[in-house]
Amino acid sequence: MENIAERIEANFAAESKSRGRRKLISGVMTSLTAACAIFVVGLLLVILGYIAVRGAASLNLQFLIDTPKPVGEGGGIGNAILGSFLMTGVASLIGLPVGVAAGVYLAEYGDGWFGRIVRFVADTMTGIPSIIVGIFVFTIFVLPMGRQSGLAGSIALAIIMIPIVARTTEEMVRLVPKAMREAALALGAPHWRVTCDIVLPAAKSGIATGAMLAIARVSGETAPLLFTALNSRFYNFHLDQPMASLTVQIYNYATGPFEIEWQMAWAATLILMLLILIINVAVRYLTRKRY
Amino acid sequence: MTPKMAQIQTPAVAANVRTAARENDNANVKASKISVENLDFFYGKSQALYGISLDIREREVMAFIGPSGCGKSTFLRTLNRMNDTIPGARVEGSVLIDRQNVYAPGTDVVSLRRKVGMVFQKSNPFPKSIFENVAYGVRINRMARNNADLSDRVEKALTDAALWDEVKDRLKSSAFGLSGGQQQRLCIARALAIEPEVILMDEPASALDPIATQKIEELIVELKKNYTIVIVTHNMQQAARVSDKTSFFLLGKLIETNDTSKMFTKPDEKLTEDYITGRFG
Repeated sequence: MENIAERIEANFAAESKSRGRRKLISGVMTSLTAACAIFVVGLLLVILGYIAVRGAASLNLQFLIDTPKPVGEGGGIGNAILGSFLMTGVASLIGLPVGVAAGVYLAEYGDGWFGRIVRFVADTMTGIPSIIVGIFVFTIFVLPMGRQSGLAGSIALAIIMIPIVARTTEEMVRLVPKAMREAALALGAPHWRVTCDIVLPAAKSGIATGAMLAIARVSGETAPLLFTALNSRFYNFHLDQPMASLTVQIYNYATGPFEIEWQMAWAATLILMLLILIINVAVRYLTRKRY
Repeated sequence: MTPKMAQIQTPAVAANVRTAARENDNANVKASKISVENLDFFYGKSQALYGISLDIREREVMAFIGPSGCGKSTFLRTLNRMNDTIPGARVEGSVLIDRQNVYAPGTDVVSLRRKVGMVFQKSNPFPKSIFENVAYGVRINRMARNNADLSDRVEKALTDAALWDEVKDRLKSSAFGLSGGQQQRLCIARALAIEPEVILMDEPASALDPIATQKIEELIVELKKNYTIVIVTHNMQQAARVSDKTSFFLLGKLIETNDTSKMFTKPDEKLTEDYITGRFG
């Protein structure tokens, strides 16, 4: 009897000791992960806040409309905003249809060796540094054409978009429940009609999200535009001419020798950030609509 | 075999002899709609069905019972070749529907599935309006002459599925707004809209509450007047309530096919009796 009582007591002691340890470890780990989370969010807020404060100082309507001028005469980023919109737009016209179609192929027919290769290449392409895409387009497009152009820049951006759009589209199409496809097949629909009538409409908001994220991604790219679209000091609607972009303009202002140029770089950065923010909010809005 | 039964036999439905011979009633024998002969089914290397032979007659409700994984759903899906979509699936033997082997080379799977409609375990409406859900099969099969005809067909299908009165004022709203039981009846309406001759139902009421289940069961009894129905169910009372014939599957084999009334009172096979009395499974 006594033996048993002793053992129970010993058990209790051991348990409360190990419980204290467990609570301590749990507390430390929770604080550690919380600190990391705060660090990440804080860093983002600091960056956004710093850009907002520095950028807002030299931001005005004239700056948004003007073209770059010699130092001391003001100047702005109007043509760069236009160029960014044009090149991102043309890149989307090329990249989105190709990317979406490739993604649908991968999801619907890509189970064989060919699909595996395409998937692997797409994943690899997503990881390629964007400047390499710029050099590639420079070599096969700019050199034969004889000059940099907005179209070359658009092609470089499209090449970056395609694998991203293809892979997100594939994921979204695969998410469409098998039961939905079977329902259509059981009604006598051929495979391609099931894809067009049922699968794509069901996946469309997810596909749109992927497309918007790809657009947001390329609208922040500088490196692929440096060799391909170069830059321009003028409003330019001609895609066969060199074209300004926000990112390259920021790079030019920021690397200039004068304080006033740096301030304009900050303001342009703020504008770019706001544009990308708008795209991201739009993405959130689109995803919110699915339930 | 009685002489009367011999008259209705044809060489193409030889399997009929075996099943029919076991039956005592020789009155009111209808023509064989589906005749399965020695069917084996494989998922890759593993065999799921072993030598199934079975006859299903016109305008009769056939229920498949058996424990989970016994192959009844797989068998059901061989009847309209839904298993074709599964990589590595392979069928041996023959399935005759109206004396045509559906696994013969050159079979038009699209017209087969138009003739053999299907309702699934989980209601699976399309992300479209109620109207468009029912209209979809009519549209892809180009059955409607014009818009008025299309509307008529949708109304008829919804009426036949006992759903029209509940949805007639909101045909344009999303199918996902319906309750589970309504969604399942919508799926039945969708299957009816393409005017099939056979309807396959894969546990159509297993996800529904008792009231919705009762409605589906009443519907099945009603539909029997015009359609041949094959239903997979886990619920033996349901099989007893709605079916004329019942088949018992176990481990990929067809153990027994019999009149439902006989099956649940005095089955021929010991295994069937063990199963329906709950001794295993």
